[in-house]
Amino acid sequence: MDYRGKAWRFGSNIDTDAIIPAIYLHTSDPQILGKHCMEGIEPGFSERINRGDIIVADDNFGCGSSREHAPVAIKAAGISCVVAKGFSRIFFRNSINIGFPIFESEEAPGKVENGDELMVDSDKGVIINVTRKEEYKSIVYPDFIKSIIAKGGLLNSIK
Amino acid sequence: MGMTITEKILAMHAGKKGVVPGEIINARVDLVFANDNTGDLAVDQFKKAGFSKVFDKNRVIFVADHFIPPKDVSCAEQSRRVRVFCREMGLSNFLEVGRVGIEHVLLPEMGMIKPGDVIVGADSHTCSAGALGAFASGVGSTDMAAAMAKGELWFKVPETIKFVYKGIPVRWISGKDLILYTIGRIGVEGATYKAMEFSGEAIATLTLDDRFTMANMAIEAGGKNGIFHVDQKTIEFLKPRVKTDYEIVSSDPDADYAEIHEYDVTDISYQVALPPSPGNVKSLSDIGNIQIDQVVIGCCTNGRLEDMRVAAEIMRGKETNPHIRTIIIPGSQEIYLQALQEGLIETFIRAKAAVSLPTCGPCAGLHMGILGEGEKALATTNRNFVGRMGHKTSEVYLASPAVAAATAIKGYIATPEEVM
Repeated sequence: MDYRGKAWRFGSNIDTDAIIPAIYLHTSDPQILGKHCMEGIEPGFSERINRGDIIVADDNFGCGSSREHAPVAIKAAGISCVVAKGFSRIFFRNSINIGFPIFESEEAPGKVENGDELMVDSDKGVIINVTRKEEYKSIVYPDFIKSIIAKGGLLNSIK
Repeated sequence: MGMTITEKILAMHAGKKGVVPGEIINARVDLVFANDNTGDLAVDQFKKAGFSKVFDKNRVIFVADHFIPPKDVSCAEQSRRVRVFCREMGLSNFLEVGRVGIEHVLLPEMGMIKPGDVIVGADSHTCSAGALGAFASGVGSTDMAAAMAKGELWFKVPETIKFVYKGIPVRWISGKDLILYTIGRIGVEGATYKAMEFSGEAIATLTLDDRFTMANMAIEAGGKNGIFHVDQKTIEFLKPRVKTDYEIVSSDPDADYAEIHEYDVTDISYQVALPPSPGNVKSLSDIGNIQIDQVVIGCCTNGRLEDMRVAAEIMRGKETNPHIRTIIIPGSQEIYLQALQEGLIETFIRAKAAVSLPTCGPCAGLHMGILGEGEKALATTNRNFVGRMGHKTSEVYLASPAVAAATAIKGYIATPEEVM
């Protein structure tokens, strides 16, 4: 499956309070959460992005609380996938479980700049930087995890 | 090759003789729980997926602790939806105001956690329960919904990092100092995806409450779980609480560890995590004079009886600094009552500290002690991210109850020796 969009660069240890501040936890409505996506670190983010855009971050993306509101907010804002050097464990599970694609790449975050046009081929584990005409590898997940994403999340896969 | 305690517990619950790190397994879960906040989303996912009953009415628990008593209509609605669900499902446990505590304090106290259990909770600090020799890991709401429906969940078997604490900690040095020191050494992603196994002669001297504090903060180093072996102190803790049998599991002497870290606790002094990261840890003696606006003593990290006793011992007969707001939050109704009977609550009130009902409130910046612009808090909580306790420019410093109590008296980050 392919994802294509403009890159939005973030650093290391982007915590779940940065992704969706606790003041919005009184709701589980994806539309409201999406509107406040990344507000803890970049207010107005959801208004600046276009549908399909890609978040690119360094290490330990999504650390902190177990709030599933975090990947829900990113997905609802219209971000197509997240590429990072590494993800926190619970954020990783939550994303896979709601069928939101995330990719681990050692190489891409160091080379991608804000605004680069990216294409992600999840089957091959390849990230193409259209702007810079470069190609990076990403980790290919085991079939078990791929099948959860393909079925649209954990609950669809165990029904 | 032998197995670690974490590998053994996971193997037992996956119906296997052995497991190896990296292996993906389906494991039976002994207990599944969520709070009023994550529970609402889990209930939503559960219903959307079309499930109609939970796998076991006695092993699915909801604890209202985040937004209680509800601070506004949306929060009241979250609680209400969870309450309705619990009634529909006929669950024996939806724990509410008056019967409640902070989930990670309350569930061990109720005897819901046994050594050798596999426990998942829709809250990142679920790892606290590892203090009792259980495998306990925080998950999100969809995982919670799946585990509620099926009584099992997928796990990747983690590698284990072993931490060996040598020596005997000196007076006032607590589990909080040990775990902050550890996170400061390995970093906030030092144990990502991994099990943290705590051992050594220093651990044997710690109270169970101190061990809960350490297991609680495993997640702040990215850990999947934090775990302790069962000893006589654990058995004493469990005796009045757990009435069913349990199996005590231990790591084999030839178990394989990804890393082994040895620390001499006699080198560990009062530790403080400076904003904006629990990994930004320094010795108190190296941070200079930092004036504080609010002190919070409580939360799932340090809201237990020993924490209350330590704070009261330091505050007894003194008054908090007039420029400081001190908020003390016993972690459960039982702890509140015990603290009352021991005279600790009177000590706090006479010291001009406010005592709250059990709630997560200020720790997660939800209610009951939000910080304004540029304000600084010294808290016994677990996270100090940007804006964690309120305004984006406010700051949170993390430390032990002893340091927090001394700070409340002095008005700046202080050691117990400065006030005793």
